[in-house]
Amino acid sequence: MSNIPSDLKYAKSHEWVRVSGDIATLGITDHAQAELTDIVFVELPAVGRQVKAGEACAVVESVKTASDIYSPVSGEITAVNAAVVENPALVNTAPDSDGWFFKIKLSNPAELNALLSPEDYKKQIGG
Amino acid sequence: MLKRTALFSAHQKLGAKLIDFGGWEMPVQYTSITDEHLAVRNAVGIFDISHMGEVTVSGAAAAEFLNQLLTNDIKKLTPGLGQYTLMCNERGTVIDDLYAYRLCGDVYFLIINASRVEADVVWMKSQWEKFPRRSELTLTDASHNYAAVAVQGPRVKDFINDVIPGASISAMRVARVTDLKKNEIGGFKFENHSVLVSRTGYTGEDGFEIVGSDESIRHLWGKLLTVGAPFGLKPAGLGARDTLRTEVCYPLYGHELDEETTPIEAGVGFFVSLDKGEFNGRAVLADQKANGVKKKCVAFKMTYKSAPPRPHYPIWANGASVGEVVSGTQSPSLHVGIGMGYVPPEFAKPDTKLEIEIRGKRFAAVVVKKPIYKKR
Repeated sequence: MSNIPSDLKYAKSHEWVRVSGDIATLGITDHAQAELTDIVFVELPAVGRQVKAGEACAVVESVKTASDIYSPVSGEITAVNAAVVENPALVNTAPDSDGWFFKIKLSNPAELNALLSPEDYKKQIGG
Repeated sequence: MLKRTALFSAHQKLGAKLIDFGGWEMPVQYTSITDEHLAVRNAVGIFDISHMGEVTVSGAAAAEFLNQLLTNDIKKLTPGLGQYTLMCNERGTVIDDLYAYRLCGDVYFLIINASRVEADVVWMKSQWEKFPRRSELTLTDASHNYAAVAVQGPRVKDFINDVIPGASISAMRVARVTDLKKNEIGGFKFENHSVLVSRTGYTGEDGFEIVGSDESIRHLWGKLLTVGAPFGLKPAGLGARDTLRTEVCYPLYGHELDEETTPIEAGVGFFVSLDKGEFNGRAVLADQKANGVKKKCVAFKMTYKSAPPRPHYPIWANGASVGEVVSGTQSPSLHVGIGMGYVPPEFAKPDTKLEIEIRGKRFAAVVVKKPIYKKR
């Protein structure tokens, strides 16, 4: 059974967002890491990059395949997690804590309203 | 609608992730590709290979027909022996790669790729129609009669005789399964079924491939899981099968091999017997062996930490794009990106510096001698 923390918001494309003021932290869900398994490489955006909601801005690679990661919100990348680049297995072991990908300064906080609640995400993944 | 093997419900029970492979709904992994890969390298793994095709060729002219059809010399096969071989067209390019076994006298058994069964059978029939002694042989696509499993890894020899006990009753005569040597095939009794057991595989490890009826293979799968468990046996999917074969540089049809590529270019010229007489593609292959090729399949390793190489990524050398990756992955044994790809022969020597283009950026790689992974 996938872990779906109740304090996060979710994107249909299996990213989670944790909001603190105007900064959102983003990672991939426990369900997504379980589907990918064996994550061997993570590529993150440059700090300072402007991203639009729905834009592919990171890549996560399992043994089998490469998958794009989409930001469900717009804004400027303010920090990236060097620890997951160094140790990609963190995404498997701690997807919604130490395995976070990047932080983004929200330019349009209203976009958060389009994200899924934990209950709705749970329904989407059939959990 | 995807086809399902006799083991489909066994895969579902084990919680396998299923994918479309050559029109078959097959397990890509059960728990993790890395875990399954390492189980095969260090202990033992079992694979469902029921999707593969089987063709029987028998009769007084069978050997002559097969020697025209295939690149290796079928006359080297004594009863109970098999060989890796390739089926080429007149251009010397590859229709399929396969294993050919001589079961007894004039009876041959071919194991072909799942994705190529239809193309192979159409080609074989067209060749049969042109063959002067066609009345002296029978060619049968028996693919739907058989299921099969591969049991691979260093521990398999410690329990396989307990799963399939007793001496062989056909093909190679041996007192027990583990008396089979590499490439030998024997018919054994398993419970009340007859199964064919060969000492072959696609992983670079010791192991056996076992072909039988759907019912026999369903029973065998269950028994292997039970008896093999104390030896570290795990069910392994196509994901691990691919990383295992890539580490040891075995070609996979559709990647290293296709109808635009010859066995010489692919680096499997050892299985092309130019001195056996005329066969399909011989003129082209003889010319390439004597005068060289325009592209060569090389193995490479990424020099530094990078994203894993993947099929179709461009290969660069001396600042120019010179070829393309055909297989690539993160090696679970070596913890580095590895792959195979085609480059002009001047870039094919071991230690040649290459670059692999990954999402628009180039990363250093180096040509290495095949196989990429060698057993210690």
